[in-house]
Amino acid sequence: MSFWSRHKIFETNSIILIIGVLIVISIGGLVEIVPLFYLKSTIEKVEGIRPYTPLEMAGRNIYVREGCYNCHSQMVRPLRDEVERYGHYSLAAESMYDRPFQWGSKRTGPDLARLGNKYSDDWHKDHLKDPRAVVPGSIMPSYPWLEKTELDTASIAQELKVQATLGVPYTEEMLKKAESDIRIQANADDPNAVDLAKRYPKAQSRAFDGNPQKVTEADALIAYLQILGTQVDFKLYDNKANVR
Amino acid sequence: MAQAVAPSKGMTFGEAGSALAFAGLAFLSIIIAAKAYTPEYAFHAYLFAAASVASVFAIVNRYYERPAQLPPQAIGGKPNYNMGPVKFTTIASVIWGIAGFTIGLLIALQLAFPALNFDTSWLSFGRMRPLHTSAVIFAFGGNVLIASSFYVVQRTCRARMVGDIAPWFVVLGYNFFIVIAGTGYLLGITQGKEYAEPEWYADLFLTVVWVTYFLVFLGTVMRRKEPHIYVANWFYLAFILTIAVLHLGNNAAIPVSLFSPKSYIVWSGVQDALVQWWYGHNAVGFFLTAGFLAIMYYFIPKRAERPIYSYRLSIIHFWSLIFMYIWAGPHHLHYTALPDWAQTLGMVFSVMLWMPSWGGMINGLMTLSGAWDKLRTDPVLRLMVVSVAFYGMATFEGPLMSVKAVNSLSHYTDWTIGHVHAGALGWVAYISFGAVYCLVPWLWNKKELHSMKAVSWHFWISTLGIVLYISSMWVAGILQGLMWRAYTSLGFLEYSFIETVEAMNPFYVIRALGGAFFVAGSLIMAWNVWKTITVGEAVEEAPQAIQPALIAAE
Repeated sequence: MSFWSRHKIFETNSIILIIGVLIVISIGGLVEIVPLFYLKSTIEKVEGIRPYTPLEMAGRNIYVREGCYNCHSQMVRPLRDEVERYGHYSLAAESMYDRPFQWGSKRTGPDLARLGNKYSDDWHKDHLKDPRAVVPGSIMPSYPWLEKTELDTASIAQELKVQATLGVPYTEEMLKKAESDIRIQANADDPNAVDLAKRYPKAQSRAFDGNPQKVTEADALIAYLQILGTQVDFKLYDNKANVR
Repeated sequence: MAQAVAPSKGMTFGEAGSALAFAGLAFLSIIIAAKAYTPEYAFHAYLFAAASVASVFAIVNRYYERPAQLPPQAIGGKPNYNMGPVKFTTIASVIWGIAGFTIGLLIALQLAFPALNFDTSWLSFGRMRPLHTSAVIFAFGGNVLIASSFYVVQRTCRARMVGDIAPWFVVLGYNFFIVIAGTGYLLGITQGKEYAEPEWYADLFLTVVWVTYFLVFLGTVMRRKEPHIYVANWFYLAFILTIAVLHLGNNAAIPVSLFSPKSYIVWSGVQDALVQWWYGHNAVGFFLTAGFLAIMYYFIPKRAERPIYSYRLSIIHFWSLIFMYIWAGPHHLHYTALPDWAQTLGMVFSVMLWMPSWGGMINGLMTLSGAWDKLRTDPVLRLMVVSVAFYGMATFEGPLMSVKAVNSLSHYTDWTIGHVHAGALGWVAYISFGAVYCLVPWLWNKKELHSMKAVSWHFWISTLGIVLYISSMWVAGILQGLMWRAYTSLGFLEYSFIETVEAMNPFYVIRALGGAFFVAGSLIMAWNVWKTITVGEAVEEAPQAIQPALIAAE
């Protein structure tokens, strides 16, 4: 019986063919994906990574909703020009709470992994409303509706809770105060801002869109953009400690 | 005596069961619509309710209209093929194709002229781009795959498709999923994972449709009158099975609530990234490659009236392709925070993947041995052969770009977009056009297409479009990649980011022009298909009478 005639069993029995296909397609995925969950070197140990505040989370959801990832990556590669253009290369730890990850695949616009604190809130507000007003050659769409649309906060506590069940360290207190935390963070001088910063270290509280009267989608999105890539203090980060 | 007793008419288990299931779904949808957190989700729930009610009516009405006996398996010794669902998906693919290509043209123009975003949320690039990719991959490509697989599996097994309601549920359910997905993107409902944007409820519904698709296909294979399963069916089976596995893995998400469209994926960060590209690359490998290779393995031998070049090569091709593709995902994550070992594995397997890919290309092209002259006279065959050539080109370019050194330049640039379109326009769309041009006369019992000249025009116009598209994207991508890493003699970065964006403009205009040619070609096809169905010359004989056997060279 030649080698080729042995293949007959797959050609004449559909169930054996299916089992064969399932085995063959499983190997590669299992070998590549499963170790990522148990190899400790996959995610670096670093100080400073915390879950998103409710306002930042709401902003992130707007980022996802508008499909920003179609044109902006959030992944600085360890290449000389990228590190000089954007900042320290991205660590796996920096997106450990990201669901979904937003590393992106295309840079029609620049990388945003280290965008936080690089531009003023006003710049972001003007840029989202009309990108060409601040960057003449830009081809980004305008998002004038963001600063006009009031942020829907009704389900934010539930959204954090789902993530808590998936392992994001949101505490009971964080979940309970989720909705009020949004108002605190989007307000200029809320006395509870200190309290918020205890729950979420380094959280910045202010009227991100310049309008303290209401919490808009622009507030949330700018709060998210301003935190991007700012959680790890790279002056203290020892990249040798995480050699893999 | 036997004639005297009229067979008693009763609802089949399938009819009663699916009518009940749809009634239940309608009820559930109305409750969800009433309690939905957002108006967009309520709109989708109402769409589900309306479609479910329509399904109940359709099933009951069909029951009253039909004779007591279900259609027989065979008439006069010949299989009684069920071609209705094939006809539906063939037409749907032509319509979705035009829609998907046109949206692609619009977003190409948006990148050249941003005013075309119209400052409107649902028309902005970020929402339109997933609409384009889903419309061409899942709506156009998916309908071609369902149409061709249902046709091929019946013909090569010489058996009527399994199921009475089930095949219709597959084709209508699949297209309803596309409507939900597409309207969702425009309304801002998305998971934010490329090529897997539909939210949890759409994913759940698709899972039911897909499992039904698998069962109908497998059931038909099991009903075959031939001892062997034809090679195209191996590829179709691998495509259907693997897409199911990928879909479940990459969409493992927990909804915020039954009444919220939003969900959170169970994977996060680096693990989510690799699961996503395990899915994303194998959507290419199994949806856009294995499925369409099945089309190649049936339609090219059929049209060229030659057996497949090498049976052994198709065995090697099949197993090595499906084994190696699965490993290639990490090449989308070179130099990212994904561990190096995974990147290297992805690169190595991507380079090796070149061999099975070209094995398949050779098998397809060499099938024309002794029939090369037909390329001059048959533009449909020409479309399919050029598609295999584009397949060869794209599967050479892919391994090249998966090499880390090359990828450091090409990644994030329009070179990737050009590469994808070499495969998508040149390979997937062309083999699909070829299949549609073959299927329409076969399904509607016409001698030939209405106009071969129009097929020729379609071929040349869209080829010109593809050439403009991919060459402009090569130049744009390599130029932008080089500008990003350019340094002055003093050691400073030479270009600001916006300068590299401005440099893209002429190439974006040329790309849009190429896209316009491609849209024009698809309109010619639609006209030709329409004319063939309405005024084409009918075949006198029963079409099944002569069936050239599809056997291998050995």
